[in-house]
Amino acid sequence: MAARGRREGRGLSDEARAAWLLLAPGLAAVAILFLVPIAAAFLLSLTDFDIYALGDARNVRFIGLRNYATLLADPLLWKALRNTAVFLFLGGPLTLGVALAAALLLHSPLARAKGFFRTVYFAPYVTTLVAVAVVFRYLYHPRFGLIDRGLALLGIAPIDWLGDPRWAMPAIVLLAVWKNFGYATILLVAGLQAIPESLYEAARIDGAGAWQTFRRVTLPMLAPTLVFLGVITTIGYFQFFAEPYVMTDGGKPLNATLSVGLLMYKSGFRWWNMGYAAAVAFVLFTLVLAMTAVQLLLARRRDA
Amino acid sequence: MARLARALAAAAASAALAGACSRGARDGAQPVRFWGLGREGEVVRELVPEFERRNPGIRVTVQQIPWTAAHEKLLTAFVGGAPPDLAQLGNTWIPEFAAIGALVPLDERIAASRTIAPERYFEGIWQTNVIDARVYGIPWYVDTRVLFYRADILRQAGYAQAPRTWAEWRETMEKIRSRPGAAYSILLPTNEWEQLTILGLQRDSPLLSGGGRHGDFSGAAFREAADWYVGLYRDRLAPVVSYTQVGNPYQEFARGYFAMWITGPWNLGEFRRRLSPEQQDLWMTAPLPAPDASSAWPGVSFAGGSSLAIFRASPRAEAAWRFAEYLAEPEVQSKFYALAGDLPARREAWDAPPLAGDAKAAAFRTQLTRVEPLPRVPEWEQIAQKIPEDLEAAIRGRQNVAASLAALDADVDRILEKRRWLLARAEAKRGR
Repeated sequence: MAARGRREGRGLSDEARAAWLLLAPGLAAVAILFLVPIAAAFLLSLTDFDIYALGDARNVRFIGLRNYATLLADPLLWKALRNTAVFLFLGGPLTLGVALAAALLLHSPLARAKGFFRTVYFAPYVTTLVAVAVVFRYLYHPRFGLIDRGLALLGIAPIDWLGDPRWAMPAIVLLAVWKNFGYATILLVAGLQAIPESLYEAARIDGAGAWQTFRRVTLPMLAPTLVFLGVITTIGYFQFFAEPYVMTDGGKPLNATLSVGLLMYKSGFRWWNMGYAAAVAFVLFTLVLAMTAVQLLLARRRDA
Repeated sequence: MARLARALAAAAASAALAGACSRGARDGAQPVRFWGLGREGEVVRELVPEFERRNPGIRVTVQQIPWTAAHEKLLTAFVGGAPPDLAQLGNTWIPEFAAIGALVPLDERIAASRTIAPERYFEGIWQTNVIDARVYGIPWYVDTRVLFYRADILRQAGYAQAPRTWAEWRETMEKIRSRPGAAYSILLPTNEWEQLTILGLQRDSPLLSGGGRHGDFSGAAFREAADWYVGLYRDRLAPVVSYTQVGNPYQEFARGYFAMWITGPWNLGEFRRRLSPEQQDLWMTAPLPAPDASSAWPGVSFAGGSSLAIFRASPRAEAAWRFAEYLAEPEVQSKFYALAGDLPARREAWDAPPLAGDAKAAAFRTQLTRVEPLPRVPEWEQIAQKIPEDLEAAIRGRQNVAASLAALDADVDRILEKRRWLLARAEAKRGR
C-alpha cells in the first residue's frame, strides 16, 4: 500500500512538474519583477543607505526598524497623510459626482451632439498631465490667469491659487477632477444604457417622480459601476504625485500639497536617504493594501 | 525605485546620445560635456564659439538642466556612471560631491595655471571650494545677500544713508514704521533660512560645533541673533508672511508695503526690469549692517554662488579644465555678467565696465570682501531647510525662541548622526 501510494504520489508529481514547468516563465517574471524588488526595498528600509553609501558601500549600517520609528515621529509624514486624505475624500466624491452629472446629461433623450460631448469630456483623460499642468498654471496665475480675471469681474480679489497654502490643495483637486472625470463618465454612460427601459416604464406607471426614479431605479442599477469606479479612483488618488510635482514644485507652499508619494521621492532623490525613502514606500504600500482590502470586503458583503 | 530605474535609463540614453554625437563630429575633435544649470546653462552657449575658435581640438556640448532637478540629476548621473566632464555646481553642494568621491581635486592644475590663482578671487568665495585643504571647484559666479532699500522712505524717516549697525538698523525700522499710514519696514519671508543664518554668522556663531558633529543653534551667539530677528516680527516691523504669500514682491516694494529687503544679486536685474523708469531712483543697495560699532563694517554675509568642477570619471579632464580656465578669464566673466546678470567671481572683472560704474552693484563688491562660507558638510542643505521650519513657531508666537532653537538643535543632531558615526569610525581607525 505504502509503495503504491508513493507511486501515485510520484504520478501526481509528474503532472505537477509539468504544471510547474509551464508556469515557470510566468512565475519567474513575477519573482524577478515583483517579489525580488519588494524584498530588496524592504531590506533597504532596514538600513541607513544614504549619500555617504554612494561613495563607499562600507558606510551602510543595518539599523533595524529605526527608519520606521523616525518616520512615525516625523510631522511631515502626518502632514502628507492629511493632505493625501483631503485629496482623496475631496477629489474622489467630486470626480464621481461630476462624472455622474455629465453621464446623466449625455444619456438624456434631450441631449444633442452626444458623440461630440463624449469626446470633449474624455479628451482631458488622455492628455498628458504635464501639458495640462502648464495650461492650468496659466489659468491659476494671480495676475494673468483667466480664473482670477473672471473673479475680478464678480468683484472678488485675486487669489494666488498655487501660492497660498489654503488654496493650493483645492486648486490641485480641481485639476485632478477635470482631468479624470471623463473616464468615469464614459463608464457610467455605458452603465446607464444597460438599464432596461421597462424599469423606467414601471416606475412611471407607479407614479414615481424624476427624483424618485433616479433614487430608486438609476442609482441601484448603477451601483456595480460606481463601486468599481470608487476602487479605481481611490487607488489612483491615494498615490497622487505628478500633480503637485509639476504644479507646485513638489509640495509648495509650506508643504500644503505634499503627498506621501512626494515625501518618498524627496527623501530618496532630494536628500538621498534611500533607506528612509524605502520605509516611506512600505508605509504607503501597507495603506493602499489596507484600503483595497476594506473596499473589497465592502463589495463582497454587498454581493452576498 | 521605478524612478531610479528611469533616471538611470535616461542617464544611459543621454550618454549613448553624447557618444553618438562625438562619433558624428567629422573633425575628430575632443568632446567636452558640460552641464549648466538654469539660465546659466542657456547663456553659456553663447560663450562656447569663441572657446572653440581658440581651441580647434575641443568641442563643447552644453546640456542645460533646470535648477529644481539639477541636484538629483547630477547624483543619479554619478551613480549611473555617466556624469558630465565638467559641471556647474552650487557651491554648497561641493562638500557632498567631494565626500562621495565624485570630483577631482584641482590643486596641481591651479598651481600650474596662468589664469587661475586664489588671490584673484574673493577670499570667502574661494574658501567654499576648499574641503579638507584640497580645492574641488573654481568659482564661476558669486551670490550673497545685501540690503535693498527704498531711499526715499529712509529719507522721509530722516536717514540719508542705510544703517551701519544693528542698533541703527532697528531705530531706522522703528522710525519707518511710525510714519502715518506706514506698512512694514522690512521683508523677511518666514520660509527662508538665509536672513537668520546671516545674522547668526554676524554674531560669530559657528552654526555647527565639533567639526560639524552637532548643531550650535542654542549657543549664545545664535540665540542673540534669533532673539533680535524674532523681535522684528513681534514688534510688527516685518510682516509674518512666506515668500509666496507676498504675491509680487516687486510691486509691493514699489508700493511701499516694505522699505527694506535682504536679497541677492539677481534682483539688481529684476528691479531694473520690473520697476518703471521713474521708480529707478527710489531704490538703492547697501552692504549689511554690522552687529555693533566695535565690529568691522560691513557685517558678514554668506558666500554663495556656483563653481565649476571636474568629475573624477571624466577621461577628458584636461580639455574640461581648459574650458573652465576660459570661463574664468576676466573678459569672459564680464561678458557673462552682461549676458546672465551673474556677478563675476574674479575681482578684475569688477574694475571693468559694465560693473565698474554701477552704483547699485557697488554694495555687492563691498559685501563680497566680507563673506563667509556656510558650514561645509554634505548635510547643510537639509539643515538649512529645518531652520525656518523650526523657527516658525517662535515667529508666530506659539513658542519661545529658546524652545524653537532647542527643537532645531535636536533635528540637526538627528540629521548629523551618520556624520558623527563616520567621523568616530575614521578616528578609531587612525588611533589604531
